[in-house]
Amino acid sequence: MATIKIERDGAAGAVPHHNSSTVVAGRDILFGLYDDEVKLLDAVKAANADHLDIDDVYTPFPVHGLDPLLGLEESRLHIAGFIFGTIGCLFGFGFMTWVFTRDWPIIFGGKPYWSVPAFIPITFELTVLFASVGMVTVFYIINGLGPGAAPRRLHDRITDDKFCIAFDVTDMSGEGVDQLRDYFDRTGVETVHRKMVPA
Amino acid sequence: MSGHIAPVRQPLITGHKTYHQITEDICRPTETAPSLSWVITFIISVICLGLFAFSVAWTIWVGIGSWNLNRTINWGWDITNFVWWVGIGHAGTLISAILLLFRQKWRTGVNRAAEAMTIFAVMCAGQFPLIHMGRLWLAIFIFPYPNTRGPLWVNFNSPLLWDVFAISTYFTVSLLFWYAGLVPDLATVRDRAVGLRKKIYGIFSFGWNGSAKHWQRWESLSLILAGLATPLVLSVHTIVSFDFATSVIPGWHTTIFPPYFVAGAIFSGFAMVLTLMLIARKVLHLEDYITIEHIESMNKVILLTGSIVGVAYLTELFIAWYSGYIYEQFAFLNRVLGPYYWSYIGMMLCNVISPQIFWSKRLRTSLFWTFFMSIFINIGMWFERFVIIATTLARDYLPSSWSYYVPTWVEICIFIGTLGLFFTLFLIFTRVAPVVAIAEIKSILKTAGDQYIGPNAVAHAHGHTSKVVHHGKTVAPEVNDLQAGGTVDIDGEKDKPLD
Repeated sequence: MATIKIERDGAAGAVPHHNSSTVVAGRDILFGLYDDEVKLLDAVKAANADHLDIDDVYTPFPVHGLDPLLGLEESRLHIAGFIFGTIGCLFGFGFMTWVFTRDWPIIFGGKPYWSVPAFIPITFELTVLFASVGMVTVFYIINGLGPGAAPRRLHDRITDDKFCIAFDVTDMSGEGVDQLRDYFDRTGVETVHRKMVPA
Repeated sequence: MSGHIAPVRQPLITGHKTYHQITEDICRPTETAPSLSWVITFIISVICLGLFAFSVAWTIWVGIGSWNLNRTINWGWDITNFVWWVGIGHAGTLISAILLLFRQKWRTGVNRAAEAMTIFAVMCAGQFPLIHMGRLWLAIFIFPYPNTRGPLWVNFNSPLLWDVFAISTYFTVSLLFWYAGLVPDLATVRDRAVGLRKKIYGIFSFGWNGSAKHWQRWESLSLILAGLATPLVLSVHTIVSFDFATSVIPGWHTTIFPPYFVAGAIFSGFAMVLTLMLIARKVLHLEDYITIEHIESMNKVILLTGSIVGVAYLTELFIAWYSGYIYEQFAFLNRVLGPYYWSYIGMMLCNVISPQIFWSKRLRTSLFWTFFMSIFINIGMWFERFVIIATTLARDYLPSSWSYYVPTWVEICIFIGTLGLFFTLFLIFTRVAPVVAIAEIKSILKTAGDQYIGPNAVAHAHGHTSKVVHHGKTVAPEVNDLQAGGTVDIDGEKDKPLD
């Protein structure tokens, strides 16, 4: 039988007290750790069958097949990449065109001012540069990641070998939590933990 | 999870690893005190780096005249070294990007170190054009920025400027790609660390927590960056070759240069990856992650690219003869039989003839021969660039200005110095970051671990699932007998403070 461990999170220090208005800040998270991604996938399927509302799933590496089970839509990062790439392409070509036809036209080796083939390498490089830098920036921003960022971290072993399913039980009744505990037991969880995290 | 695995596939992770063991093995070098061999190598590297600083300062103080460049041979060791380092810097992105698109699983064992190597090699390469400018502090002039001199713009028609854009873009994209891959692994190190280390890794891991949505975006990002980096890596050395190919120097203005340079770059890059990885796997005890299968795969790439380079050398000679153009014919005759005939012999021997030993499976799976060949190819590819640059310039149109070039001690010291810079950075990297991509290795464990595939397989990735469910919560590891030593019961860590 997995024991539920109640943990305190940092300075918040509030002992989780489910379904209570005394908890002022933070979310009360009940999470189970599985030791294998196949068990995790089965558990997520079971949660879907039971209509349990999974808050998030945390894994040490990308687990394929998880996204559709969690109802995650395909990432739209590539659209950002395309937009930034287009900007880079137009900027590079437009800038060179402006410099050599408007701002400071110079004849190099008897070629026309607007020597399009010679602009291709730099246009290509700037397309790639803008797309990559833009997309990576968007990636970090939408994920809320960056130096000093502190998103929710539930357990140290999640980046090692444990696969975590988390439920938000802040506003949940005792029966609801018991139901989740049963669910964890049924799906072969290794340990179940409870933790207050900043909202 | 596993799907179908072709029976010819050999395991890429040996030693019946569990996920936790993978973490332990790969994080260990960042958590223990450095070995004596590391310290000695590091000291030597730092001394070489000091030599770099000194000889660069000497060049700038005395002037470019401290090099033996002359009116005829105005590119010598500097550009040779530049092209050599840029070439080496191609393997990382090739491994991480092109092999990702081709779904080659063996890339996961070597991609992290290869990408790091790429970044450091490009840094070394960048030194040479900068130093060659003489007035290093005016290097910003190469970028088109609004200035008070007109504004006077750079020449966008010049391949040298294309190079500026290509290499700075390549460096930036490689760095972003490498770091995006590193973030989840730095988080792994962070979650094992305590105290100040935890804080430092906390900053550098950007708060990664392994959320499903983050992983989904991370995979999407990796794939698109790979898609962008693939044409990029091909474009960079193509543009480096344009430095030569768009000139009007016989021996340089050949259309074969772009593909020939790209193949040469991959060839030399893989050789450098092998040199580093063979040492790293031994010193950092990564034999289970960088297996003979990895080494053999890389040797196959070396055999292929070495042969492409060989065909290119012969094609050059043929086309020079076939062109009927006497200056071109002379340039190549001079290349083979002229004053620098020894470097041509070195190039042919190291790059074309000797890699053919890898047709033998015994030799391409031999650590000794692989290491030996990797050094040989590094030397050979350096000779190739020297052959192209020095021999061509030494005998130009005007026999009265024909000359012979040997480097001064300053040029030699700068080259040795960049080796110092490279190895200093690489050695620091092996101490502070996981040298093998932990998350990516874990994600291929069930399709490439030797407990699942290969002759020693004892388990099947699917086999244990139903069994575990029947057992309820009881920890029922997939391979009980194997995990006895490696499984760490999470309940044993109850008292560990959690953040």
